[in-house]
Amino acid sequence: MESDRLVVVAKEPAADDVVTLVLARPDGGRLPDWAPGAHIDVTLPTGATRQYSLCGDRWDAHTYRIGVLREPAGRGGSAYVHDELDTGDLVAFGGPRNDFAMVPSPRYLFVAGGIGITPLLPMIHQADLVGADWSLLYGGRRRGSMAFVGELARYGDRVHVRPEDEHGLLPLAAWLGDADDDTVVYCCGPAPLLDAAERAAAHRPRHRLRTERFTAPELGAPVRDAPFEVELARTGTTVTVLPQGTVLDAARRVGATALSSCEQGLCGTCETTVLAGVPDHRDSILADHERAAGDCMFPCVSRSCTDRLVLDL
Amino acid sequence: MTTTAPAIPVNHVDPFSPEVLEDPLPFQHALREAGPVVHLAQHDVYAMGRYEHVRAALVDWQRFPSGAGVGLANWRYEKPWRPPSLLLETDPPHHDAPRAVLAPILSPRALRRLREQWCTEAETLVDEVLASGPEVDAMSTLAEAFPLRVFPDAVGIPREGREHLLPYGDHLFNAFGPENALVAKGAPTLPEHAGWVNAQCARDRLAEGGFGAQIWAAADRGDITPEQAPLVVRSLLSAGVDTTVHGLGACLSAMATHPEQWARLRAQPGLARVAFDEAVRWESPVQTFFRIADVDVSVGGTVVPEGRKILMFLGSANHDPRRWDAPDVFDLDRDPSGHVGFGMGLHQCVGQHVARLEAEALLTALARRVERIAPAGTPRRHHNNTMRGWESLPVRLVPAV
Repeated sequence: MESDRLVVVAKEPAADDVVTLVLARPDGGRLPDWAPGAHIDVTLPTGATRQYSLCGDRWDAHTYRIGVLREPAGRGGSAYVHDELDTGDLVAFGGPRNDFAMVPSPRYLFVAGGIGITPLLPMIHQADLVGADWSLLYGGRRRGSMAFVGELARYGDRVHVRPEDEHGLLPLAAWLGDADDDTVVYCCGPAPLLDAAERAAAHRPRHRLRTERFTAPELGAPVRDAPFEVELARTGTTVTVLPQGTVLDAARRVGATALSSCEQGLCGTCETTVLAGVPDHRDSILADHERAAGDCMFPCVSRSCTDRLVLDL
Repeated sequence: MTTTAPAIPVNHVDPFSPEVLEDPLPFQHALREAGPVVHLAQHDVYAMGRYEHVRAALVDWQRFPSGAGVGLANWRYEKPWRPPSLLLETDPPHHDAPRAVLAPILSPRALRRLREQWCTEAETLVDEVLASGPEVDAMSTLAEAFPLRVFPDAVGIPREGREHLLPYGDHLFNAFGPENALVAKGAPTLPEHAGWVNAQCARDRLAEGGFGAQIWAAADRGDITPEQAPLVVRSLLSAGVDTTVHGLGACLSAMATHPEQWARLRAQPGLARVAFDEAVRWESPVQTFFRIADVDVSVGGTVVPEGRKILMFLGSANHDPRRWDAPDVFDLDRDPSGHVGFGMGLHQCVGQHVARLEAEALLTALARRVERIAPAGTPRRHHNNTMRGWESLPVRLVPAV
């Protein structure tokens, strides 16, 4: 469907094995709002779906920027982005969603490992904007593999770039040990870094360390780009949803009463009970456990993983 | 060769005058027909009345921010009369955390636990009102009574003192307008109402499990600061009562004047939610909000100059024939989706799902017991600089046999 497609308007190298993509609506329209820490689901033309943190400027309502690391051990999504995906190509997207939201604090310590810098970039921008006291400790294998170092230079000595081949592992124990109790620590990077950060912060007040771990979503069925059927239990009819249409529109066409408002998966007005089938959630609202429960969906954007959905409409 | 920008149409009517507040539709019609942007000479501010532009401006928080206040006063040059709302009168990034905390507390999924209880409360209230009637004032006995019965309990504030809520909210919504007679009338009693409301926002006033306690729990988790928590609770008490009262009043007045629509709802009670949203579109209980132009913004070819306030007429947008067929008709066959009666974008009413649940509970209970809601006297408008509603709505409730 048109409303969930984005076109690649720019693709640029950001470091060895890292490219940034700038995505926009094909018609240049406004994109759903987001806040630092948010990610989107991107479905590649191969059908693979991956999550990427938004690392652009939220004051620009018309583009999203993501950074993609080539992962040799990955499942092929990042290789496709690096080797095949080109400007002008279309990808599908869901969200944005935010499981790593920035909380108010007078002091922040940002700790990034490699591509984990991406969600922290907009946080750093905002921390600076509101005049918070902040530092960034940024590690990577070597300097050439670390994206956005040039972009971060404008923040001067708040930014501490520590490539492993020059400095060894990040001195987390020292940095987290020295941090004030009111410092909120945001950490994103590979699992060993997050584990180390959790150990180093064990003495700190709870909730003062916030981490983001990306795990591959376990969908009940592959996300589909083919028609599916929706049975409307209350209306007593079944309708086919085509790839270019929404469940909401299809339901209305056959006379279902379905109230909506934003039609971007943001406001929650069209929340609908799922009676059978597995929804393909593309909203910005549900938390992971609510998605996994599969008992409700937002038909303005969300679709189906299964051939058939039964909705309480 | 010189080119000049098209002149902005000027309107000399005061939209906050008693005449316009009594019936805003003719003024709003003139506003829409004059152009996408109109200069309101009386207050030296700009205005928008067409759906397309109002909706676009509401979602464009980047160019039309709320941080300079959403009333006439321009906080770039004037001091706010109370500490600004962390939700309504705040932009990103400061808006993010309070909104992120409040939205899940008031989400449809979180409200499921209240549903059964509110439906029972509505049944009880309707029984009481029917026992007292047949002729009642639908405003005081239903539209005010029901929210005052269930909402403060859900927030978790004590029973004593709830009579402060409506006058506090009423003054707050008047204060978004000019300092006219409506504001002057509310000013003398404001300190006692505001004092009581502010006192209810403290952690120890709020019952366990309620919306208020959940806001404080978010502060304990560090998702907002302890300084922000009482202000977020205050937002619930400021914006959560009068608005719902007038939304319900709009619905009841629509049903009293459109008996065929009431019959439809009785035949198909599943339409209760649509009925409420159609009433919110049709009457638009919140009529207006201001924004400020953060830069020169071109709207439909005319420019709103940087730093100037612009008044967005939600009610007018909801009656724009460019968007709605026969917009002045209350019609349950219409799909009111997309109306801007709750606003739109990141400041869209965070309590809209609460209002819908209150309305669904009350309308469903009424539909079960009441055959007809007949007008029984001349209804009287309630004037407010921002809200449109009724002071008095005399009706005869004809019980179903």
